[in-house]
Amino acid sequence: MKVLVAVKRVVDYNVKVRVKSDKSGVETANIKFSMNPFDEIAVEEAVRLKEAGTATEIVAVSVGPQAATETLRTALAMGADRGILVQTEAEIQPLAVAKILKCLAEKEQPGLVLLGKQAIDDDSNQTGQMLAALLGRPQGTFASKLAVADGSVAVTREVDGGLETVALELPAVVTADLRLNEPRYASLPNIMKAKKKPIETVTPEALGVDVAPRLITLSVEEPAKRQAGIKVADVATLVEKLKSEAKVI
Amino acid sequence: MASYTAPLRDMRYVLFDLMEGDGLASLPGFEDFTRDLIDPVLDEAAKICEQVLHPINRSGDEEGCAFENGVVRTPKGFREAYTLFREGGWTSISCDPAHGGQGWPKSVGILIEEMICSANLSFGMYPGLSHGAYVALHAHGSDELKDTYLPKLVDGTWSGTMCLTEPHCGTDLGLLRTKAIPEGDGSYKITGTKIFISAGEHDLTENIIHLVLARLPDAPKGVKGISLFLVPKYRLKEDGTPGASNGVSCGSIEHKMGIKASSTCVMNFDDSIGWLVGEPNKGMRAMFAMMNTERLSVGVQGLGLAEASYQGAVTYARERLQGRALTGVKHPDKPADPIIVHPDVRRMLLTHRAYVEGSRALAAWVGRAIDHEEHHPDPAVRAEAEEFVALMTPVVKALLTDLGFEATNLGMQVFGGHGFIREHGMEQYVRDCRIAQIYEGTNGIQALDLVGRKLPAHAGRNLRRFFHPVSAFIEAKVEDEQLGEFVQPLAKAFVRLQQATAQVARAGMANPDEAGAAATDYLRLLGLTALGYLWAKMAEISLAKLNDDPDGFHRAKVATARFYVERVLPQTNALFAMVMAGGKSMMDFDEAAF
Repeated sequence: MKVLVAVKRVVDYNVKVRVKSDKSGVETANIKFSMNPFDEIAVEEAVRLKEAGTATEIVAVSVGPQAATETLRTALAMGADRGILVQTEAEIQPLAVAKILKCLAEKEQPGLVLLGKQAIDDDSNQTGQMLAALLGRPQGTFASKLAVADGSVAVTREVDGGLETVALELPAVVTADLRLNEPRYASLPNIMKAKKKPIETVTPEALGVDVAPRLITLSVEEPAKRQAGIKVADVATLVEKLKSEAKVI
Repeated sequence: MASYTAPLRDMRYVLFDLMEGDGLASLPGFEDFTRDLIDPVLDEAAKICEQVLHPINRSGDEEGCAFENGVVRTPKGFREAYTLFREGGWTSISCDPAHGGQGWPKSVGILIEEMICSANLSFGMYPGLSHGAYVALHAHGSDELKDTYLPKLVDGTWSGTMCLTEPHCGTDLGLLRTKAIPEGDGSYKITGTKIFISAGEHDLTENIIHLVLARLPDAPKGVKGISLFLVPKYRLKEDGTPGASNGVSCGSIEHKMGIKASSTCVMNFDDSIGWLVGEPNKGMRAMFAMMNTERLSVGVQGLGLAEASYQGAVTYARERLQGRALTGVKHPDKPADPIIVHPDVRRMLLTHRAYVEGSRALAAWVGRAIDHEEHHPDPAVRAEAEEFVALMTPVVKALLTDLGFEATNLGMQVFGGHGFIREHGMEQYVRDCRIAQIYEGTNGIQALDLVGRKLPAHAGRNLRRFFHPVSAFIEAKVEDEQLGEFVQPLAKAFVRLQQATAQVARAGMANPDEAGAAATDYLRLLGLTALGYLWAKMAEISLAKLNDDPDGFHRAKVATARFYVERVLPQTNALFAMVMAGGKSMMDFDEAAF
């Protein structure tokens, strides 16, 4: 079975993100980028499937600028076999990514498409769901466990009330949640080998995908500063304030 | 709790801007080492240092190593971390591909070493010592020994040690007594006691390969009668796996001021089977192959600890609210101003920073020279690089550990009482750093090596490898309007260094005690001038990039360079005066009056 994994280049989770002075977005110059942590979990799961003999080939896909090659190399160093960069400098929204991935899935015919449940930059949490819909294939989102059996995959999902297990017919789309696995550190020899693994570069235009944004960003603002708290005299006052001021009970 | 983030931005600056790291790939054998490979490797090394090694640094210090019935147990988490480190291939990074190594350039390897030392120096000792043993064995071992032992040393399945010191001899190895008796079949029986053996015994690897200095029965007295032997903890079975025990035992471990998670062992060899490495009675030569690499590594330990301490100090100086700025309230919204507003706190932080970044530049410069020494196609360039490395090895070792100790002390001082207690980890950096000034040849010995061996060697040719680029740079830039403020103070320090060099050579020739008396101050004078040169070069590079500096990195670089030439480089005045004063006041002092 072939596995397609989508990986996104995002501002590293350690970076304190700053809004640009013109409020058009966030500062990205000279900032550390790395693979979206949820996508790392998706890659790790794919590599584990391959190590278990379930998957035969792992294709990593990234949509973004030339620098996203680095993100693909990270996936290759972790154990993916080859990469596809869909190169574009344009702003790419979840629907466009889903369309691109649909196009590649039709070409590559993977048994499983793995994605992170969301990217930590825009937190959209839409691409996997849109992709499943466009492909007309079953989806298992927020996966914390995955078991592939003959022609189907059992996906344990993290839902509000606890865990839910769904059985999906393959091919299927699965998005990874935090507890699915703990991604490995790439080994030095594998980082070196990754440099020699093939990465194919295509463009959205060549794939015939219209990536024009459907949403317009009006302005990006810093979240409001947290106000200092107050001390209340006793529990009765606290309950009173929760009722009358916070209006949460 | 202390946290550590690898200073990748500055490391990349040093590697790619200052040292033109892209040129690495033009050296034969280094074709693969382009930036697109170096970057992800630095990233991954940083991840492991930050997420795996640093979290067990303070716990390792608190717990220390345990010794019971000859067995040494490393602190909690060390085994798991070592396994991950080994499986990741990090023990093999700078080793020869012919023996399973990854063959990485030293100028990159030295940055990764720094990260390991920042994150957890005690942990770094184990693979570090293995690497020392690897270097000696690789340079001087027979093919058979190399084929048998190197692959497992390289991949970290086994570890190594260097057994030099004995209870009665440390610096003066000529006195050593460990015996080696030929067995007639090419092997030797080794008997004796070694002390202060780092990683001598531990629970991280399945075998430990000791490189032991010992005397053959007919050996001449002194250092000319010392041979080097390879002695495994377990003898190897036919299939090359560890078998019977080899009479090697750990008598005890030391209780130390710092690097407590690194086992420092008394090692007893009792008719242990060993094999000669290199030629009989040429053990010191074989040992020096390892010692030069290790001396650079120890210098980098000082740098690594200083960096870790700097990060802690800056964070604390921003967060600690105490008193008000001398010139009036700076943060009226807060109950007090953060202590970073105070000139004295800034003095400490900037001294710390200037030491750290300057030291990193010096380490990278020497690292790059090692790459040239080993890989440059032109024999003349190789020879010049070798001379430069020989000159700078004692300087890197002593200067970077002295500055490292001063810096970690400053870091602790910024914390006040909170630095003195253990909770924040700042005092651990000071304690861990202290040994670096002592082992691999005390810093006094490094200074003697510089003054007694490295300066006079080849009629002063070593020194020219350093003097020439500095004087060429000064000549070219001293009139430069923008750079003048950096180059003029450098030029003055350089003149002082040249005069001091002449004085040391002249006085030392007539009376060796004069060279000995000047050595330590001279080494620092040379080292601080070298840092001054690198700071002026960094100022030049960063001044040219001020127009494209969204994160303020280059602005801070230029400002730190300014601080260095104004507030650190003047130390060379005092050092010059001390060197020129000579040693009479010390040597005339009545010994009975001490």
